[in-house]
Amino acid sequence: MRLLPSGSAALLVELDGLDDVLALYAALSADPPHGVVDVVPAARTVLLMTDPAVTTLAAVADAVRTTTPRPDTRAVGDSIELPVHYDGADLADAAELLGLTPDELVARHTGAEWTVAFCGFAPGFGYLTQPGGQWEVPRRPTPRTAVPPGSVALAGEFSGVYPRESPGGWQLIGRTEVAVFDLAREPAALLRPGTTVRFVAVGR
Amino acid sequence: MSLTVLATGPLTTVQDLGRPGQAALGIGRSGACDRASAALANRLVGNRADDAVLEVTFGGLTVRAGADLLVVTTGARCPGAPHAAPTVLRRGQQLRLGPPVSGLRTYLAVRGGIAVPPVLGSRATDLLAGLGPAVVATGDVLPIGEPVDPAPGVDLAPVPEPTAGELTATVLPGPRADWFGDAGWAALTGQAWTVTSESNRVGLRLDGAPLERLRAGELPSEGMVRGALQVPPSGLPVLFLADHPVTGGYPVIGYVTDADVDACAQLRPGQALRLRPGRP
Repeated sequence: MRLLPSGSAALLVELDGLDDVLALYAALSADPPHGVVDVVPAARTVLLMTDPAVTTLAAVADAVRTTTPRPDTRAVGDSIELPVHYDGADLADAAELLGLTPDELVARHTGAEWTVAFCGFAPGFGYLTQPGGQWEVPRRPTPRTAVPPGSVALAGEFSGVYPRESPGGWQLIGRTEVAVFDLAREPAALLRPGTTVRFVAVGR
Repeated sequence: MSLTVLATGPLTTVQDLGRPGQAALGIGRSGACDRASAALANRLVGNRADDAVLEVTFGGLTVRAGADLLVVTTGARCPGAPHAAPTVLRRGQQLRLGPPVSGLRTYLAVRGGIAVPPVLGSRATDLLAGLGPAVVATGDVLPIGEPVDPAPGVDLAPVPEPTAGELTATVLPGPRADWFGDAGWAALTGQAWTVTSESNRVGLRLDGAPLERLRAGELPSEGMVRGALQVPPSGLPVLFLADHPVTGGYPVIGYVTDADVDACAQLRPGQALRLRPGRP
């Protein structure tokens, strides 16, 4: 664990990898140190935003150093199922890049549980990982200017669902009709760090 | 009670303290760019700290009162506005904000607060994420809330004006300062950067002698807060303001201290910014 400066009101904790991030995030989100207003997990880091009126960065650093990561509680949130039509424009390309047939890709995508490791890019966009999933999919050489909302996609070791129409370079393998971000719902974001997801094929 | 918008100027948005605590969901804080000025405006009319105000970019806002309203402006002083001095706007009376003398962003607080419906706990318009109230448009009738606390009875708050010249802000090393080394830090803190016209609520884009990276390679995206000086491949830093992305994949060489970000948010394109190293 390395503690890196991030200005007068935040602290960045750098870890060796995503598993360590999830374990520390699980512990910090279950029991946030006094004065911490936001905890933001990412691929290799956890950012802690503080309220300088309530605490000091030194006190938060001490609290982080004495926090016991919880590798046993990778999943700290809800479990959901997302029905997917596996008819994405890049399904064949993505399968070929992985040395699979499209059917084998769908079987692997639906065959094991995914976990939301962190969010970013847009409100409600979760980066999902599958332990031991052996996904390593390059992005499209040229990003699309408009990816339809609900698109289920792959990039790197991650899978994701586009919450709304936006530009994007991920490989599109399918689509879901479930709104992963809906302001009319409480909570608006379905995919939160720690949420586990099982994709269910509802046809090609 | 309401306020009718007759003209908006280049950009007027509704802002408050933003949406802290939701960054892990990919939802940034947003809120007023110059927090201190927005907070002062609310205090001067007896509003709560989390009441919403109007953030007016480079003047040009004209409003008509639908009832007798106590109003005040702070931040960039606009001719025609009751600056830092609460004033009653009578029903039917208009308030017209001219182009500011110095600074960029003016905050107009109305006693009772701008009472448009909140989105995810806040009335802040986040232009990057597309969250919150729509950008204020001509013809809008903005609802005004019921005052809760007594009016403070302050006639005038003496506050310094935003500078029209060069601004010096304090900078601390960021998480990836080592990607640029001592020479990079010296280049960051040793020149007067120029604010470019591509600047907006997301960030100030700075022009000057580009910073050189000591190392190549990609950085996995990591979380950041306002004040971050992120360095894209061009070597020209971006100083992130209220609507910055929650995570970013370019190295952050330094952070302007939180207290100094407010003054930076008042810089206009063409103005100079110096970054003075501070003590963590």
